[in-house]
Amino acid sequence: MSKIFDFKPDRSKYPAKKADGTLDVDLRSQKYVKLWLGPNHPGVTGNMAVELTLAGDEIVEAKTHVGYLHRGFEKLIERRLYVQGFPTSIRMCVAEPDTNEYLIARSTEVLSGYDKDIPEMAQWLRMLSLEMARLQGLLRGVPGQAGTFSLGIGVQWGVYLRDLILDRFEELTGARVYHMYIIPGGVRGLLPDGFKKRMEENLKEIDNFIIRIRQLMFDNAIFKKRSVGIGVIPKEWVDLYGIVGTNARACGVKRDVRKDNPYLMYEQLDFDPPTATEGDIYARSWVRWQELIQTVDLIRQIMAKMPEKGDIRAKMPNVLHWRIPKGETYNKLESGRGEYGMYYVTDGSDKPRRVNLRGPSYTHAIALLEKMLIGTNIADVHATMVSLQTCPPEIER
Amino acid sequence: MKEILDRITPKYDLQDVSIKDDLQAYVVVEKKLAIDMVTYMRDYEGFSHFVLMSCVDWIEDNKLQLLYLLNNPEKKCVIGIKVFIDRENPSMQSAHHLWKQIWTYQRELREAFGIDFPGSPRIEENFVLEGWTDKPHMLRDFDTNKYAEETYFPRTGRSTNDPATYMRQKLYPNQPVTAKKNKDDE
Repeated sequence: MSKIFDFKPDRSKYPAKKADGTLDVDLRSQKYVKLWLGPNHPGVTGNMAVELTLAGDEIVEAKTHVGYLHRGFEKLIERRLYVQGFPTSIRMCVAEPDTNEYLIARSTEVLSGYDKDIPEMAQWLRMLSLEMARLQGLLRGVPGQAGTFSLGIGVQWGVYLRDLILDRFEELTGARVYHMYIIPGGVRGLLPDGFKKRMEENLKEIDNFIIRIRQLMFDNAIFKKRSVGIGVIPKEWVDLYGIVGTNARACGVKRDVRKDNPYLMYEQLDFDPPTATEGDIYARSWVRWQELIQTVDLIRQIMAKMPEKGDIRAKMPNVLHWRIPKGETYNKLESGRGEYGMYYVTDGSDKPRRVNLRGPSYTHAIALLEKMLIGTNIADVHATMVSLQTCPPEIER
Repeated sequence: MKEILDRITPKYDLQDVSIKDDLQAYVVVEKKLAIDMVTYMRDYEGFSHFVLMSCVDWIEDNKLQLLYLLNNPEKKCVIGIKVFIDRENPSMQSAHHLWKQIWTYQRELREAFGIDFPGSPRIEENFVLEGWTDKPHMLRDFDTNKYAEETYFPRTGRSTNDPATYMRQKLYPNQPVTAKKNKDDE
């Protein structure tokens, strides 16, 4: 092999460490280049920047910078009535806003003692809404990984397929992205007439494309060469870095809130979260692709098992005069990106004392990404970042 | 969960133990024992997954409440370890050596609540706010309305409504306003 193709890193190019453990990067030495990737860059997930220090085309240091989307959501919710927190909370995660609706509804219900009163029909509808949210997120995320290797047709398929689910969301809730469907006490409405038939048509169309996505990604030499052995997460890092969701399952740690701490009606569904052992980009994509198939199946199971009629709301206090006794609770669910939780504190007034969202990206996009990027080639940064499914709004809240 | 609490309560002289259900509990521990207890829970009680580090401002008591939320993946339970620290010049021992993501939480808490964690990596760096010199923005006495009015210019055509009055007018337009106000509004 000629030397030009020898990619073994030359360790002598790496910067020395100072006494405090930080790297001694002297940009005037002309050995290193600083490169800001983002916040506006097609390869970056959301408005986030990664400050890279390069030796040649290899990364020797990476720092994540967030704050470009900071709107103080948690503070805004703390200064508003409980019900006013809903339209604010859903904007903390564009990828799956319904997760925030459920968590804030669940938190207020638990603390006010109404959590046992939620009608069964409402729980099925909540679960349907959450699985539809997972599906539209995966339809964007799974073929989106192909896009990071210039296989752009996958992204276009993803946008088309996601729109089919957004059509159903619009029919069910009146909105495409921010639905406000899950409210304290239940949900806003029943399924419209013919909804199940139209959803089944959409799922059949998605089924057809699931095969094409596999051919594009997993039967493709380009995708394999760029993803196998790249961005590896060792199993030992899962607890060390707080890794959750598909990122943990792709390195052999089978954790899923739907199975570990079942909520809503998940115990009545038949599913087994897919796993892999390699922990690289390929494994994470493979697990997510299998989860795509599984989510389609779960939606079919929900529509088959849910009752046709029933109450959709528990009797709740007037939301404009609603006071919740002093208390605290942590509620969580399994989002498409992993464990998604909310710590909610009340003080007896008509507004929450503290709302703290725990999104998976908080660890995946900062501590983990910064570690993973060291030693990788600059061409693999986008693929690594997308494979972690980072979402900046849930970091800066 | 109860067995675990029975073991650790005398060991750390826990002052306030509340069990929410079989899978969630919150305890209050003295500041000087907090990191020791978090380490013990990780190493001996199986709480290997660090979920969250948070802060609540109890301004009326002049205290900040730090929370270390830990998850036991085997027993599927969560424990919240709470520590109360002084609100004036708040400082807490760093836990960055226990889990790799903790320094991020500590960096955020320093910016948002002004809590210092001596020795925590990159603690001085901005987190979400660039060049912020005002009072830490998540404290209860930071007035967001006042800050916005002083910092940003007003836009024409914007109006603000009291939610209760607005909804009353929307729902019952022909009825006079007779409902009592909230206690907080008085």
